[in-house]
Amino acid sequence: MNGLRRHFNGRTAVIAAPFLFLLAFFLLPFLIVGKISVSEMETVAFKDVLIVVDGAVQLTLKYANYVFLAEDPLYLETYLSSIQYAAATTVLCLAIGYPFAYFMARAKPTVQPALLMLVMLPFWTSFLLRVYAWRGLLTEGGWAHSVITGLGLDHGLAALGLIAAPGQLIHTPFSLVLGMTYNYLPFMILPLYANLAKMDLRLLEAAADLGATPWVAFWTVTVPLSKAGIIAGSMLVFIPCIGEFVIPELLGGPETLMIGRVLWDEFFSNNDWPMASTVAVMMVLLIIVPLAIFNKYQAEAQERTR
Amino acid sequence: MPPTTPNPAFLQIQDVVKDFGATRAVNNVSVDIAQGEIFALLGSSGCGKSTLLRMLAGFETPTAGRILLGGRDLATLPAHERPMNMMFQSYALFPHLTVFENIAFGLKREGMARDRIAAQVEAMLKLVQLSAFAQRKPHQLSGGQQQRVALARSLAKQPQLLLLDEPLGALDKKLREQTQIELVNIVESVGVTCVMVTHDQEEAMTMASRVAVMSEGRFLQVGAPAEIYETPATRFVADFIGNVNLMDGTLDVDEPDHCVIGCDDCKHYVGHGITGTAGMAVTVAVRPEKITLTRAEPAGEFNRVPGTIKELSYFGSFTVFHLQLASGARLKVSQANTQRHNDDRLTWGDTAWASWSDSAQIVLTQ
Repeated sequence: MNGLRRHFNGRTAVIAAPFLFLLAFFLLPFLIVGKISVSEMETVAFKDVLIVVDGAVQLTLKYANYVFLAEDPLYLETYLSSIQYAAATTVLCLAIGYPFAYFMARAKPTVQPALLMLVMLPFWTSFLLRVYAWRGLLTEGGWAHSVITGLGLDHGLAALGLIAAPGQLIHTPFSLVLGMTYNYLPFMILPLYANLAKMDLRLLEAAADLGATPWVAFWTVTVPLSKAGIIAGSMLVFIPCIGEFVIPELLGGPETLMIGRVLWDEFFSNNDWPMASTVAVMMVLLIIVPLAIFNKYQAEAQERTR
Repeated sequence: MPPTTPNPAFLQIQDVVKDFGATRAVNNVSVDIAQGEIFALLGSSGCGKSTLLRMLAGFETPTAGRILLGGRDLATLPAHERPMNMMFQSYALFPHLTVFENIAFGLKREGMARDRIAAQVEAMLKLVQLSAFAQRKPHQLSGGQQQRVALARSLAKQPQLLLLDEPLGALDKKLREQTQIELVNIVESVGVTCVMVTHDQEEAMTMASRVAVMSEGRFLQVGAPAEIYETPATRFVADFIGNVNLMDGTLDVDEPDHCVIGCDDCKHYVGHGITGTAGMAVTVAVRPEKITLTRAEPAGEFNRVPGTIKELSYFGSFTVFHLQLASGARLKVSQANTQRHNDDRLTWGDTAWASWSDSAQIVLTQ
């Protein structure tokens, strides 16, 4: 009886710990942010949302910020371009990460840990340093700049509208997406690798036996079976990319609108906390929708493997 | 030993060798398989049977030797171009596709028209009696149903050769026995030549028209199931297939029409001559069911031995007695339980005489 109770309590504690953590450090702050977004600002303090006037509780919600957010095209444009850059980054990460993860998963078991280590190696240096390094590489005189301009690739990029003019690589959509792809690539590779490594290779033999060339077998068996990995990797790249602030700040330019920078501006340049909170709330909602879809997918995948 | 087959050889395996690094998985194997045959590769795990099957399918390349199908050398054909299909061990059904799509997979690769694919898949589903399950995913099926989907998938392309890798290994005993017959019926109704791999001798014996007993990459004996059982060529095969009593002895008399072999506990009179010289060491093998157990002493001086019943295993339809002989050796005797009640039933501790006919023994010289 005593042992049973201890077992039960231990299990509850293990489950409760992360929940409490999220409650205290995500849900409550988010509610506070939500509250600020509908509060009126009086010089340095916020008016309380709930006040008691003449013995009656009075609820004051100021939704003007949300209206403003919907009316000012800047915000909508910024949200859309954030999604665009995040989507472009996700597609690039997938295009680069999938073959990488695939060959890593099919490499000799003895080399796999080393390859895995190489993928995670960048995490050993500061994120900020790595982004800064790209500034050095992409400005005139940097290695990457020399190679790209030397090969004349900058003319192609300019023609595609990814850079303002040949020779100008930094502070462009190109440098922004390059920086984000570089930074988020491991988040794409790791779930894909985990998924591809556990794939039953006899299924590929079965496909070959039934007349599928390796190429056809890849598209009809490997890719559909790695769907869960593709979704997990894409979510891990896409979601943080939408709200990314540091990379757009350091590598982006004036025309690369990202919601993270707008948020920063509202908070620290305009000192308009309610507006900043409104932007933040909308951003979270924007992220929760794809996450909900992802969770639904995962639940279904779990159902399938059962 | 290349066996002679009445029909012209359809599948020819010629001097095939497969090395994995320093280990020789398949060692100089040759056999001709006729059209319509169900040929079983029987052996314990690691004997090279699966490697041989994988070479047929094209998943492994022989180190040496040739494999011909209908006279055509398969060496240059990759797996996906070979006119044969395989039913994989634990089936390897595509988990993301429905039963219908699994069976249609191979047909789609041929670029067959959609309506013809549907018709062929329907026919296959009917063949394995799974028409109602077309839209299920593999994980929604029982083991036996998955097995039938795998069979349907491997037959859908009407292959010239069907390869079965431990086809019933994933099923439990009762279901396996039912399915063995069902599988043979389906394979025979389609008329496809079939090579199967199994470690289960009952499976090989009931399903195959011919069996190759494999050990350490070699064929020890190739023959019909009854041939392998009743006339094993070597001590290993006799011991591997079924139950057997092995008695070491010396060839005393060797005449064209009979021979006499002296063993520790008894003298064998064998009703045929063997190729050997008097005085050579031989092994006499007698199957337990070929021995009779009586209380009364049988007549004559040959083919009989007294002993004490030390163990007794009742199987329902028959009972296996373990007889302790004078030398300390044990003799297994299996007696059919033909009567429901027997007051004079032999039991533990009883002394009894075991005897057998002069055609019951197998004389092994190797």
